[in-house]
Amino acid sequence: MHSWKVVVAGEGGQGVQALAESLALAAFRGGFEALYIPNFGIEQRGGVSLAMVQISPKAIGAPKFLLADLVVALSARSISRTRQYRGANTIFIYDSSLVKAPEISDEVVGLQAYDTIAPEAFAERTAYHEEGPVKELRIARSIAIPAADMARRELHPRVFNMIILGAIVAVVKMVTLEQVKEALAEKLERRFKADPQLRELNFRALQLGYEQVAGPVHTAV
Amino acid sequence: MSERSMPRCWNRESKPHRFCPGCGHGLVLKALGMAIDELDLAGRTVFACDIGCSLLAWDFFTFPSLQTHHGRTTPVMVGLKRADPDQIAVAYMGDGGGYAIGLQHLISAALRDDPITVILVNNTVYAMTGGQMAPTTLPGQKTETSPFGRDVDATGIPVKGPEMLKAVVHPEAYLARGTVAQVLKLKKAIQKGLEAQMAGHFSFIEALSTCPTNWRTSASATWAFLEKEMGDYYKVAELMH
Amino acid sequence: MPQTARSEQRSFMTGNEVVARAALAAGAEYMFGYPITPQNEIMHYWRRLAPRYQRGFLQTEDELSAGFACLGAVLRGKIAFSATAGPGTVLFQEPLSMAEMMRLPVVVIVQQRGGPSTATVIYSQQEVTLTCFGGNGEGLRLVYSTSSHQELYDYTIKAFHQAWRYRFPTFVLGDGYQAKMREALFLYNPEDRGMGAVPARPLLGHKGSNGNGEPQLHLRNAFSVEEELAEILRKHLADFDEAAPYLEEHEFIGEPGANLLVVAHGIVGRAAREAVEELRREGKKVNFFRPLTLRPFPEKALQQALANSNRSMLVVESAQGQLGSLCRLASGHEALQRFDTFYRPGVGITTEEIREAVTL
Repeated sequence: MHSWKVVVAGEGGQGVQALAESLALAAFRGGFEALYIPNFGIEQRGGVSLAMVQISPKAIGAPKFLLADLVVALSARSISRTRQYRGANTIFIYDSSLVKAPEISDEVVGLQAYDTIAPEAFAERTAYHEEGPVKELRIARSIAIPAADMARRELHPRVFNMIILGAIVAVVKMVTLEQVKEALAEKLERRFKADPQLRELNFRALQLGYEQVAGPVHTAV
Repeated sequence: MSERSMPRCWNRESKPHRFCPGCGHGLVLKALGMAIDELDLAGRTVFACDIGCSLLAWDFFTFPSLQTHHGRTTPVMVGLKRADPDQIAVAYMGDGGGYAIGLQHLISAALRDDPITVILVNNTVYAMTGGQMAPTTLPGQKTETSPFGRDVDATGIPVKGPEMLKAVVHPEAYLARGTVAQVLKLKKAIQKGLEAQMAGHFSFIEALSTCPTNWRTSASATWAFLEKEMGDYYKVAELMH
Repeated sequence: MPQTARSEQRSFMTGNEVVARAALAAGAEYMFGYPITPQNEIMHYWRRLAPRYQRGFLQTEDELSAGFACLGAVLRGKIAFSATAGPGTVLFQEPLSMAEMMRLPVVVIVQQRGGPSTATVIYSQQEVTLTCFGGNGEGLRLVYSTSSHQELYDYTIKAFHQAWRYRFPTFVLGDGYQAKMREALFLYNPEDRGMGAVPARPLLGHKGSNGNGEPQLHLRNAFSVEEELAEILRKHLADFDEAAPYLEEHEFIGEPGANLLVVAHGIVGRAAREAVEELRREGKKVNFFRPLTLRPFPEKALQQALANSNRSMLVVESAQGQLGSLCRLASGHEALQRFDTFYRPGVGITTEEIREAVTL
């Protein structure tokens, strides 16, 4: 495929915007045209957070679009919220973990402004058991990644979105893991400096997510 | 006024001025002119006037002057001063412009201690628009929009501007109320205001003034209203911290 | 003083940051601003960058104050600007009408949001009429409508130059999408591209009296008699008409013999261009027209484009006919074959939707 239209959606606080922005920045660094646009306003604050990214070798048209080539849903609620963007040629990545991501009420004003995953205990409290894999007949391919479970088991709950980003890279192919790592290092420079382990953790999560789609890759992280 | 008694910084070409007979604006502007002459500031002063009768002063002086919108003289001078701090910025307005439509700007400039000098002419009415009630109209005073006398229960009490601003200004800001009945004292207050500006602080001088046209008063009744009714309610004073 | 941009530096950023960097590059000296979404980050970036380049910033008590403070700065020859949106644009009409009357070259960036009233903080193209004609006057303003970050950079810089060259208040009309999205652009120093300094000079001061480009001693905008006003307005209007051919800008894609002209401006222009290019690749005879200046409107260019498009147009905009009215007015006396509309007030428009709306 020569260009990608991507929708990423999740709960406010799951890092949706940072993820989408890093993807676009990596594509820009790779020499492509890239456009990232957040759905801001009320939605950014506590509701479903949604971002659109386009990557293309040519000039990009409208910032928004009706149908995506790739839809990524990080929470149960965002699976239904992104239905409108999924068509016959859409690839769908979703988090199939047993832990439900926190849903934050629009009314909880005090919790609106952060852009990291909600505290683990909060997620635990709202845990639920999913009824089974998401079935959609219309779309091209559905990729279930138990990202939150993997993150909790193997790394740290906070980096579940990096596992998803790794999977996106494996599907999109126009950007490399290295470019994404550079983009993350640029975006999170201060936090990485303050906590070098965080850098390591994020990069390992990326690799893990990538391998979920592309198979094991032997590279030094 | 004879040529000789005019302040040097008055623009001869725009005299005689355009204010009504008996209007106090000419006296306030004389006090301002004398203050600027004495401080020798004509070379670096910019004067801006509001809409309302004060607009008639748009070409009153030999130094640069401009006329702005109703209530907006303060922010224009704030912008000018910020962009060009060497200028002495004088904002000239009426009581409607300063205490009603432009109060938000006046208070904000005072809060920020913007180094400008605001001169507000209090004649208790909206004069140019035909004598409506102003924030400064006295209790019981008749105007076109208080034809039975200002009812303070319905419309509140007359505003005391310098006293109000005292609650928000920097300790070194200058606040005063003068009157056209004492032009030399008014001039002194304006001088102190300009000096406060030069020291980097906000200054505000309210000048009690006359409007026989809208008060519908004779010469003697005009003066009596200024000195008695207005003087009783609005105390001539410097309001220092 | 450090340079504001390395030569031809390819960057990836939000539109709001683009505006702040363009204003810096153009030599803007002071920003007076008041918070309103979606333009806030223009102030944020400006405030952070300004001290490094000895530029000023003041957060005022409201948009009226921001606008009038800009005028005060401009009067003393300082390059001043502000940015606003929605209800803030409404309040800006008062200072901007004074700027029209006194010919004060203030620059305002408008990042359109949904209206009327507070509506959404997100996006619209509903501030076209307000920005072009919002004052109690004749719309003596320059209005650029940009469609990409590159244009946002180029035309913000240009806005300062044209404002001071022609002395009309000048707007850059963006929107919430342009404000918040990130894409690539080239930053540059205007002088590296042969652009001189913005021709700013004091408009109110001691030298001279009237005219001859010297500062005026006394300035007013209230007049005693109708004839006095009429004479001044006649001159302003003549200046505007005379400048119009040098100011008008547009983009056209197509050739003679087409069946339809798709017209859009700003960010919607991108969707319309993409839709038209797709249709043309499929052999459809469709042309594309995008006014880059909404005021003055590229009237002759639109009429030429219509002549090449069977005098049929489809106007697409995120408003209920604000661009449509401008197009109708500019389309000339000859009747139109078709005047189709695709109006989505306050809502974004995609390439796919425009493709569907084109019927041939």
